[in-house]
Amino acid sequence: MSVTANISPSKAVDRVAVRSWKLPILFGLLALFAVVVFVVLGPSGQATFRISQEGDAWQVPDLAVPAKVFGVVVAILCVLLAARAYQQMRNGGRIDNWVSMTFTVAFVVGLLVWIIGGTKTQNITLVGLFTGAMLITTPLVFGSLSGVLCERSGVVNIAIEGQLLAGAFTASLVSSITHNAYAGLFAAAVAGVLVSFLLAAFSIKYVVNQIIVGVVLNVLVSGLTGFLFEKIMKIKVDGATIYNQPAQLPDLPIPLLSQIPVIGPTLFRQSIIGYLMLVLVAGIWFGLFRTRWGLRIRAVGEHPKAADTVGINVNRTRFLNVLAGGAVAGVGGAYFTLVAVSSFSKDMTGGLGFIALAALIFGRWNPIGAALAALLFGVAGNLQSILSLAGTPIDGQFLAMLPYALTILAVSGFVGKSRAPAADGEPYIKG
Amino acid sequence: MSETQTVKEPTPPAKESQGSQVIREIMAGNAVISVLAVVVALVIGGILIAVTDPRVTAASGYFFADPAATLSAIWSSVSEAYGALWRGATYDPTARTWQGQLGIFETLTFATPLILSGLAVTLAFRAGLFNIGAQGQIILGASFAGAVGFGMHLPPAIHLLAVILAGAIGGAIWGGIAGFLKARTGAHEVIVTIMLNYIAISLVLYLLKNQLKDPNSTNPISPQMDGNAVFPLLLGPNFRVHAGLIVAILAVIGVAWLLNRSTLGFEYRAIGANPKAARTAGMLVSRGYITVMLISGALAGLAGVAQIAGTEKSLDSEIAGSIGFDAITVALLGRSKPWGTFFAALLFGAFKAGGTSMAVNADVSIDIVAVVQSLIVLFIAAPPLIRSIFRIKAARREGASA
Repeated sequence: MSVTANISPSKAVDRVAVRSWKLPILFGLLALFAVVVFVVLGPSGQATFRISQEGDAWQVPDLAVPAKVFGVVVAILCVLLAARAYQQMRNGGRIDNWVSMTFTVAFVVGLLVWIIGGTKTQNITLVGLFTGAMLITTPLVFGSLSGVLCERSGVVNIAIEGQLLAGAFTASLVSSITHNAYAGLFAAAVAGVLVSFLLAAFSIKYVVNQIIVGVVLNVLVSGLTGFLFEKIMKIKVDGATIYNQPAQLPDLPIPLLSQIPVIGPTLFRQSIIGYLMLVLVAGIWFGLFRTRWGLRIRAVGEHPKAADTVGINVNRTRFLNVLAGGAVAGVGGAYFTLVAVSSFSKDMTGGLGFIALAALIFGRWNPIGAALAALLFGVAGNLQSILSLAGTPIDGQFLAMLPYALTILAVSGFVGKSRAPAADGEPYIKG
Repeated sequence: MSETQTVKEPTPPAKESQGSQVIREIMAGNAVISVLAVVVALVIGGILIAVTDPRVTAASGYFFADPAATLSAIWSSVSEAYGALWRGATYDPTARTWQGQLGIFETLTFATPLILSGLAVTLAFRAGLFNIGAQGQIILGASFAGAVGFGMHLPPAIHLLAVILAGAIGGAIWGGIAGFLKARTGAHEVIVTIMLNYIAISLVLYLLKNQLKDPNSTNPISPQMDGNAVFPLLLGPNFRVHAGLIVAILAVIGVAWLLNRSTLGFEYRAIGANPKAARTAGMLVSRGYITVMLISGALAGLAGVAQIAGTEKSLDSEIAGSIGFDAITVALLGRSKPWGTFFAALLFGAFKAGGTSMAVNADVSIDIVAVVQSLIVLFIAAPPLIRSIFRIKAARREGASA
């Protein structure tokens, strides 16, 4: 039960000779879309990107792009790159990375200019776009890192949603009682670990199918937090709901760095959770791919029998990794109630745990890839809410579909080769 | 066809035996375990109800002075809640109207879409596929059924048949995508169906703002279904039980026949037990994946029809509620057997009907039902845990399977 296109090692060798036309076909279709939409249906006038905020130390002038001309340039570029991809596939059987990368960037920028040019106001504040996106991206990154830790060691984690929700609820409750946001943060991590403990105990000790456990845990946490929300958080003392007024985590701007336009407010004017996110992405990447610890985990996830043979305790490694993943996701859940919103509400994670799963897959089970995917999904999500106010040529609901559609394309092999660890979802029974 | 299969699914044998072992594990458990799982889940739910009840908290303040007071507070708290649950789901002599007394018919109403969507999950599961996408398939089915139901005006009977057919097609399309991708690219159906659930929600929100919107309403809601396009009520206007229940029972019979008596069902079971062996025996595994997901999606689509043509009468984004996820638990509780699914759906329908009465009469949030349901499934899925709680000897069963 691995979670994607199964391409075993032996197959990967054969694959060099096999031409996959999926990518050239996809590029061709997108190029066609670019020609029709950007050129023929392109908006006239300019799309303005506001870069600096008022009061920034460095003022950068607004970037104004003539939408129609830009659309024509992007469309031509896309057609040329699609043709190049087709040619490369015919000659060599593979497409250079720069072709795919340039195509993707050109298409996304072209789409953005087209969307902004089509709104009534024809401008967008980049700072607002990115800082708003972080509200979605941050929990997504924590969720997908939880997934990375679990799935790299061979345990499918469908329960990310439940871990986030448990973290959000516990953070709010504990922070309200202790009036200390950091206590809430710690409690959220513990709550995430508890959900993870159930996942690990049932899927590793009792060898219950991991997907079943994950699905059921999501329902369990949703029901439990909903029930306790009604029973505890709605208790009023002197007309106020005292158990749902968490103390918030303060923003800790880094001097100087926080003054950089766009990047500063996005990355260097965050709460402790935001900085923790940056540290964890880099740390887990380094840990997984550059240390002995990471090698062991990946061995357990790819070939548990081999790992066992050389003396690694497979099930203990998995258990610990799942618990660590729970702590990470719990902290991500705390972001909801300690930073993003000022109180808990029922099912407030609203399916973000599943987008985190999507980011994990789209980021190819790599911490940095997952973080970038989470950023993309965050920007798309925030763009959707900005656009619903501005009036646009494209309906916001289609932007909302984007993460899910991209993930389906990724698992069916249209966008890169997204391959799960070989033993992902496989219980290991020694013997 | 079979050649592409061997190329696309180089799954090591260990994986397949594992998948089939899961199916065997879930189907082999005996009824005692199921009953005990329900009991343990209810006990844990009862503990939750008791500790969050302010009367119990107050009495426990002087526990050592008067332990009986605490115990009686716990007893009254839990018995009131579960009593209200039971009466709401079956027969409530205290209700003010005689219609309100017969909660059993509400149970049947709630069970109808659960039976159909539970069958969808059951059928796919027997072919070795996890259909997590019943939610999306219900939404698509309801949207298609709605488009025919309020967009067209046909004679009686014909209109209802057209609505049922449209709903089945809508669900089949959504399920079929997952089956097709699984068969052709190896994309894992769990991921694809989860993603399709969310795409379905966005899609229906878009349609409710545009094509399917009621022009007379400012809300994202569709017009009412045509009078000819809805299921007739089985017991008159006082009860919500509708003819969708008959469709559901027919579907149970149909799926039971399909799985146990037909060639196609035999192929599905063979594929579910061991796709490699099935392929060696000359079965087209990829075709099996596609058709089983088409039928599974169609069944979930029918659950969407039961919602829109039976109880809701118009389309909104909440049409599927939590039915699609409950369906998974229903199928697991029913041990992936058609009649097992039927009775599991009745039980969960009773929980839903009783949960509402419990929330009103005992002030216990309906969320406790979700807790109990998920605990039931966890305990059923882990028979060793239940056996260790009750110290049941497992020697006989393990001896048989070894």
